[in-house]
Amino acid sequence: MPPSTYAPVAATGVFTLTAWVVALPMIGAAILLLGGKRTDRWGHLLGTLAAIASFALGAVLFFSLLGKSGGARSYDQHVYTWVPVPGFTADAGFHLDQLSITFVLLITGVGSLIHVYSIGYMEHDENRRRFFGYLNLFLAAMLVLVLADNYLLLYAGWEGVGLASYLLIGFWQHKPSAAVAAKKAFIVNRVGDIGLSLAVMLMFTTFGGFAFSDVFNKAGAADRDTITGIGLMLLLAACGKSAQFPLQSWLGDAMEGPTPVSALIHAATMVTAGVYLIVRSHVIFDLSPNARLMVTVVGAITLMIGAIIGCAKDDIKKALAGSTMSQIGYMILAAGLGPIGYVFAIMHLVTHGFFKAGLFLGAGSVMHGMNDDVDMRHYGALRKYLPVTYITFGFGYLAIIGCPPFSGFWSKDKIIEAAFSQGGTSGWVLGCTALLGALITAFYMTRVMLMTFFGEKRWVPDAEGHEPHPHESPKTMTVPMVILALGSILAGGLFSIGSGFVNWLEPITGHAEGHSPLNTWTLSGLTLLVVVLGVAYAWSQYGAKQAPATAPAGSPLTRAARRDLYGDAFNEAVFMRTGQYLTRLLVYFDLKGVDGVVNGVAAGLGGSSGRFRRIQNGFVRSYALSMFGGAAMLIAALLLVRG
Amino acid sequence: MNPANYLYLSAILFTLGALGVLVRRNAIVVFMCVELMLNASNLAFVTFSRMHGKLDGQVIAFFTMVVAAAEVVVGLAIIITVFRTRRSASVDDANLLKY
Repeated sequence: MPPSTYAPVAATGVFTLTAWVVALPMIGAAILLLGGKRTDRWGHLLGTLAAIASFALGAVLFFSLLGKSGGARSYDQHVYTWVPVPGFTADAGFHLDQLSITFVLLITGVGSLIHVYSIGYMEHDENRRRFFGYLNLFLAAMLVLVLADNYLLLYAGWEGVGLASYLLIGFWQHKPSAAVAAKKAFIVNRVGDIGLSLAVMLMFTTFGGFAFSDVFNKAGAADRDTITGIGLMLLLAACGKSAQFPLQSWLGDAMEGPTPVSALIHAATMVTAGVYLIVRSHVIFDLSPNARLMVTVVGAITLMIGAIIGCAKDDIKKALAGSTMSQIGYMILAAGLGPIGYVFAIMHLVTHGFFKAGLFLGAGSVMHGMNDDVDMRHYGALRKYLPVTYITFGFGYLAIIGCPPFSGFWSKDKIIEAAFSQGGTSGWVLGCTALLGALITAFYMTRVMLMTFFGEKRWVPDAEGHEPHPHESPKTMTVPMVILALGSILAGGLFSIGSGFVNWLEPITGHAEGHSPLNTWTLSGLTLLVVVLGVAYAWSQYGAKQAPATAPAGSPLTRAARRDLYGDAFNEAVFMRTGQYLTRLLVYFDLKGVDGVVNGVAAGLGGSSGRFRRIQNGFVRSYALSMFGGAAMLIAALLLVRG
Repeated sequence: MNPANYLYLSAILFTLGALGVLVRRNAIVVFMCVELMLNASNLAFVTFSRMHGKLDGQVIAFFTMVVAAAEVVVGLAIIITVFRTRRSASVDDANLLKY
């Protein structure tokens, strides 16, 4: 069924509280960041409270929406006129519907859990209050992004997310690597942001406005090439925020931030923004098969890149980062499939939010116990020492590899099926890529699991010579992990009961049943088979025999994957070096050309006046002589002219 | 007598004065040479007044005398002051005001 036309009604009653969902974390951030040291003692509590209150409000709105019928769950709340200029009006307004409330619940729910976890994780950090201020800012920006009712406000939230991620990735800015990673994330994101700003400008010139109501209702009548252009610009934007090829390079380095930040970026905020943007703009993509094709291509490439990188990394967080890249690739791929995929993209996003947050928090808990060592080759046999972490991480692991009945199985299976349903050659290519991705996912996640929790101890003392004494983390850290593990177990199944999630989102994104060339059961069996293959191979490599404590040289592919498939090297060679040469050329031109002319004129004047002033020698008689000489020449000239 | 002869005399006197200004070092002598040049020009004015039958030249000669008298007062005062501070009336010794 195609979605009905975009016609939200003005918010009334409980729905007028929508703005408060955004306002609560924003106020929290303002108090914590402006309050300074005075708020140090209770800052983390306030920040957590703001996140939880926002979640509670989101839940109230969610249940109120549930009380309405499917077509009447779309509300607009006008807050104020942002830019009141004749011919150009931008409103700050919020749009509440099934899609945005899904994101609100994910962002604030997972966000709240990460807040709670951070209370324990950041306990010994003297800047904990500032950290919570940034976390609140991150939530607020992300909520603005998903609740905005026009693309300009969405853009504001988009930039806010970029800023907050910069502040958080570089939170330990005393480490040069963290400062560099923050800058890298920010700059790579800027490239994507150019796409979004161009898309907004194109929308303004094409539709005369950038409100969702303008864009979605007028898109059908617009020029197809323009629509494709807007679609591609939106895709570029999504590539930046969601770390998709070719703008994926920032994600691995972003692991320099504290682990809760990684969890927040990878599960609830930031990387989900690109998927949201594409699904929210589905009207544009529905009209442009070419733009959709590009989306699927980007998704498929990133899916493979991320998975391959994830296989080679020994840093537990970077392995998980590769996995995020790959899973977001799945979502982008699904979003590019059109109405058969939108719903599953969002469904995978939500289930991924649970298990990836759980995995990252688990990784943080492991690091907490191992003197902040991130190298998996220094782990081993941790399941006896960190039982809660082991179990929660294990459920996240089962969910991400797509083991039934855990949540990843339901959502990833649907995406693979949708990819095959695309039909034609592209359907087979995309479907097989997705299947292969599932195989590699099973391999690298099993590798992480085995190297961390199984096998022999390979522990090494840290730089100061302290032997690691792994211990289970405090309650503030384990409780969020347990809740996320429950989500990893149950979410997918709950969403799939009676196609609940599909029916919930269908009025917004539309939904079409695909017709896969392979029977659903065959495909599920096939998926399970490749997963088992991946797990078995990983077991033969890392379970059956002991993983070496130092990394072996590895095959050329492994070496390439360790270096992020030369993504950074390519960027450096093509963009950074040429940029540097261009800059040097300009500097040279500036120094020699522009400055040369200016300095040359000044030096010439200075030199000649230095010579001329020697005439002023202080002897009155020589002045008198020049006066006489001048007078004589004057008279001679006069006589000559008159004569 | 031919009035042109006065003009020749005037020119000779002016040249002598100018030469004196340029070549002599003693401030007093230079000063007197300046007076000589002023008087040479006075003589030329008066001669032209006589040749053209107009009184303008005579009038200007009086002005010149007044100016010359004032100039002598100021000039001599300066020369004496310079002499008191430097024990010298040579114009070449007062050469500090330069680049």
